[in-house]
Amino acid sequence: MRPYTDQSGPAASPSSGDAVPDRPTAAAVAVERPVAAGDRRRKWRSRRYRWDTKYSPYAFVAPFFVFFAAFGVFPLLYTGWSSLHRVSLSAPNDMEWVGLHNYTRLLEDEFFWNALRNTFTIGVLSTVPQLLMALGIAHLLNYRLRASAFFRVAILTPYATSVAAATLVFVLLFGRDYGMINWALEGVGLGKVDWQSGTLSSQVAVSTIVIWRWTGYNALIYLAAMQAVPNDLYESAALDGATRWQQFLHVTIPSLRPTILFTVVVSTIGATQLFGEPLLFGGAGGQKGGASHQFQTLGLYLYEQGWFNFHLGRASAIAWAMFLILLIVAGVHLLIARRLRKSQ
Amino acid sequence: MKPTKPTPRRPVLRVRAGRHLHGGPLTYAVLIVFTLGSLFPLVWTAIAASRNNTRLSQTPPPFWFGGNLFRNLHTAWTDANMGLALLNTAVVAGTIALGTVLFSTLAGFAFAKLRFRFKNVLMLLVVATMMVPPQLSVVPLFMTVAELQWTDQLQAVILPTLVSAFGVFFMRQYLVQALPSELVEAARVDGASSLRIIWHIVFPAARPAMAVLGMLTFVAAWNDFFWPIIALTQDNPTVQVALANLGQGFVPDQSVIMAGALLGTLPLLLAFVLFGRQIVGGIMQGAVKG
Repeated sequence: MRPYTDQSGPAASPSSGDAVPDRPTAAAVAVERPVAAGDRRRKWRSRRYRWDTKYSPYAFVAPFFVFFAAFGVFPLLYTGWSSLHRVSLSAPNDMEWVGLHNYTRLLEDEFFWNALRNTFTIGVLSTVPQLLMALGIAHLLNYRLRASAFFRVAILTPYATSVAAATLVFVLLFGRDYGMINWALEGVGLGKVDWQSGTLSSQVAVSTIVIWRWTGYNALIYLAAMQAVPNDLYESAALDGATRWQQFLHVTIPSLRPTILFTVVVSTIGATQLFGEPLLFGGAGGQKGGASHQFQTLGLYLYEQGWFNFHLGRASAIAWAMFLILLIVAGVHLLIARRLRKSQ
Repeated sequence: MKPTKPTPRRPVLRVRAGRHLHGGPLTYAVLIVFTLGSLFPLVWTAIAASRNNTRLSQTPPPFWFGGNLFRNLHTAWTDANMGLALLNTAVVAGTIALGTVLFSTLAGFAFAKLRFRFKNVLMLLVVATMMVPPQLSVVPLFMTVAELQWTDQLQAVILPTLVSAFGVFFMRQYLVQALPSELVEAARVDGASSLRIIWHIVFPAARPAMAVLGMLTFVAAWNDFFWPIIALTQDNPTVQVALANLGQGFVPDQSVIMAGALLGTLPLLLAFVLFGRQIVGGIMQGAVKG
């Protein structure tokens, strides 16, 4: 507490301060001080107060920005710098200037284009079904339900499962000879699929892991947005004779447009960075993304170049290329969003 | 006793529509199928962990528990270093969650309610960095960690993730609404110092959002994969690093791998059983705010 010794009397205003010795209130008597000391104290206090209001905001944001500068901005810029050099993992301080070589090399690198293609197709294969399913599930959860709390928690449990744990299980489930999925496919007469070695099949398998982990989470985000839609809209639509499907199409979806855009952006960012699922789906030597790189993503290619081929400079160039792709993707989303808003 | 005459009920004027409709049988059927799909891989992890490698190399795959669960858990605990991994991950995720919540609340409060120079520029910087992927900083971080000889030490994974731009943004959005500016100004007029305002006004007002941010950060830190796998090795792993090593051929026994996956997931699943409703509420709340 602040020592407001002078405020025991109701008449004492804060501005009159300690320097009123001729009105001996109980506290003032108890803390007898010379006028000058009180004066100095008050001055110091008001100066401290002024400093406090002026500088404490900086103190509050400082921890964030210190860490952010050290582990966010500096590495970002330094990645750009090292992408212009030949840097080996075995001697990272030994940098040799090569200009844009790492980038031009990337453009001629078939593995880079392969990784870019794979990242795109896996991104589409995982994001589109995931968000469509999430939308449907959210719509169902928005009805009055028994055990709705149970459903909500249960569909979120995959979100609590780590990439590593989830992928390890799915590797077994997708096993060619003894996996449960092939066993079921054979049971219904469809025959086994070699989930590991085919291009499409392996990418479907990797996408399945992503879909499994994130659909419930996105469903809850959609559900939250649906619950913010005023119910009058549905009531008047129902009065106009709209069926449930028409209500979903003409009331729910338009109201959810910002949320849908948000989830599309977040999922796209996640898809661009996809790493853990394909790495562990590949088992030993997973950084290759399969024997013929059939499911190697950009994240995996960066990891392979940097930490298996020891080319940190090339890895940096790949990182910047990924960032560029993200910016393009974000720009496209923004454009689509603006187009949609105009067309309304 | 007077026989009760069935009075004709007045027609209800309100139309049942939207979320006031009851779910039909088909709704329940689809939801139950989806829920089973969500839970099945986790249950099957436990089933596979309770079998042995020979049984997992036969068709049909097992659908019920066997008797090897504790042996496999023990093997995973000792051979795959899962005991140390769990301890490490608890320390890492706990510290990161604590740091993120504390620093995000301080910065979020300053951005929401205080006046200072460069405020808007700094806030723009925070928002802009939410999109920067972790891949973009991994090479220099690795060099720094190697230079400082932090490889295999927990601070190598704690410090780079200790603050989050999303956290600052999240807390700012919450405090702009939840904390009345008059309250802060009144405390100022009464001569309260900034630290007292933080402690007695901001923290109590921010508590719900702090809890949500803490939970989300803890889950994300527990499951973080990309940077830990580069910074740490099997000698001092987090759960995800240990699992990655299991999956990449450290122990060739599938049932032990599943036991490791089970061990690494169990703490978070337990938290979901206990705090599931709060976590669901937090994610939905965050969705509307964000």
